[in-house]
Amino acid sequence: MGTDALVISGLNAFYGESHVLHDLSFTVKQGQVLGLLGRNGAGKTTCISAIIGLVRANATHLELFGQSIAGLSPEAISLKGVGLVPQGRRIFPSLTVYENLTVAARRNRSAQRADWTLDDVYTAFPRLAERQRQLAGSLSGGEQQMLAICRALMTNPQLILFDEPSEGLAPQIVAEVAAVLKRLRDSGLSIILVEQNIKLALEIADEVVVLNTGYIAHTGAASSLRADSQRIEQLLGVY
Amino acid sequence: MNFWVIQGLNGLAFGSLLFILASGFSLIFGLMRIVNLSHGAYFMLGAYVGLSAIDAGVSFWVAILIGGLAISVLGAIIERFILRRLSGQPLAQVLVTLGIAFIIADACVWIWTGDPRPVPMPRELAGAFRVQQLAFPIYRLFVIGVAFTLAATLWFLLERSRLGAMIRAGVDDLSMARAMGIRTSLLFPVVFCLGSALAGAGGVLAGPILSVYPGLDTDMLPLALVVVILGGIGSLLGAFIGSLIIGFIYSYGQALFPDLAYVILFLPMVLVLTLRPTGLFGRQAI
Repeated sequence: MGTDALVISGLNAFYGESHVLHDLSFTVKQGQVLGLLGRNGAGKTTCISAIIGLVRANATHLELFGQSIAGLSPEAISLKGVGLVPQGRRIFPSLTVYENLTVAARRNRSAQRADWTLDDVYTAFPRLAERQRQLAGSLSGGEQQMLAICRALMTNPQLILFDEPSEGLAPQIVAEVAAVLKRLRDSGLSIILVEQNIKLALEIADEVVVLNTGYIAHTGAASSLRADSQRIEQLLGVY
Repeated sequence: MNFWVIQGLNGLAFGSLLFILASGFSLIFGLMRIVNLSHGAYFMLGAYVGLSAIDAGVSFWVAILIGGLAISVLGAIIERFILRRLSGQPLAQVLVTLGIAFIIADACVWIWTGDPRPVPMPRELAGAFRVQQLAFPIYRLFVIGVAFTLAATLWFLLERSRLGAMIRAGVDDLSMARAMGIRTSLLFPVVFCLGSALAGAGGVLAGPILSVYPGLDTDMLPLALVVVILGGIGSLLGAFIGSLIIGFIYSYGQALFPDLAYVILFLPMVLVLTLRPTGLFGRQAI
């Protein structure tokens, strides 16, 4: 199955002595959105950090489009085509909007999709074009989130990891973020979406993995979970 | 009146030397998270190397290049073979730089003896610049010019180039820079060599003003540290403004309150640490 975007099996991660991810296994199919859900502290962000290489983890398999990325440095994993929109946005505050977008920009080597260029980003997000000379730290939360998304797009990834993109944003900005996510999904990008906003996640995701204290508690199609509010309540306790 | 102008110019000249030392120190601190405690030793060793080069017959200008080059090679070796092996262990890195500082200091006493050695001033810059009754050494004006030119060059490199943007991204958020695919492992040696070269060349440049003597390293290092705390870690503007502030305080303080010179030097640092731990222009707290 060389066509899967990401295959994870037997993923374990530790913070010092404490074992935080237990034998996680799941697959992100090419062009699909995998929703990674769970309560606070379930290990979602750790899982994202393990995929991008920021947290040391052991895995039997960690394959990006059939190529092993286990044990590589974050920069090497990024260069192989993994984009990250991190929790808390983490744009580079003392760089301008333009610099945030161009500092890590690069072409997509597989060239299966059209590349994202600065012009594409500015056309899609005119606010960023207006503020391109401004320091990114001075943007509003919503603008920073758009910038974080575009910064990842400018690296032209094949798989993009979204870690709580709706966190701390006003409802109309959340709707904007949702629209962007749908557009990216429809463009054929493979996506992992971590969300506390269950409704948003189930609306966008194809497949869902639910984590509970570092274990996989549920795997299945988003559509079936969407119809089963009792199961959602049981797994996530909020809706 | 003359007193204030002359001491002001002295402060500016001393601040200029500090900037040459502290700019590299600050960038290394900001990007690599290493408090390079051998930075003062690099400065002293650069001055000694330059002095020996002059003794061997080369001109002062070539001696500055030799001093800078020698220390940048030393920095490259230390970064590649010692600091990189300890990556991710900030405490071990800091301690090792302290050890290297002691080794360099002892080696300097061994090679150049313990006597203070003045570095001869280039003949073309000897003498004083006179306006009415004021006289000020031309060499100090030259040092001020060098520091301002350096500040402009570094500003251009950091603020107007992609390499500079990568360095600033690393200073802002190292793990995010890596996760975006910026190869910080290639940036580290660039910044470390640049900082080392500036320290070495700065030592030679300081020679005609400060002389070279055992203890020059430990005289300068705390001042560089104060500058960085005042200005903010990894901030070029901070290093520049911080150096000038400390230069003025040092100069006026020595003249007006010689007994309290150290108190008024470190007082601003204590205030900044208490009231604004990120420094005047910095982003990360100490």
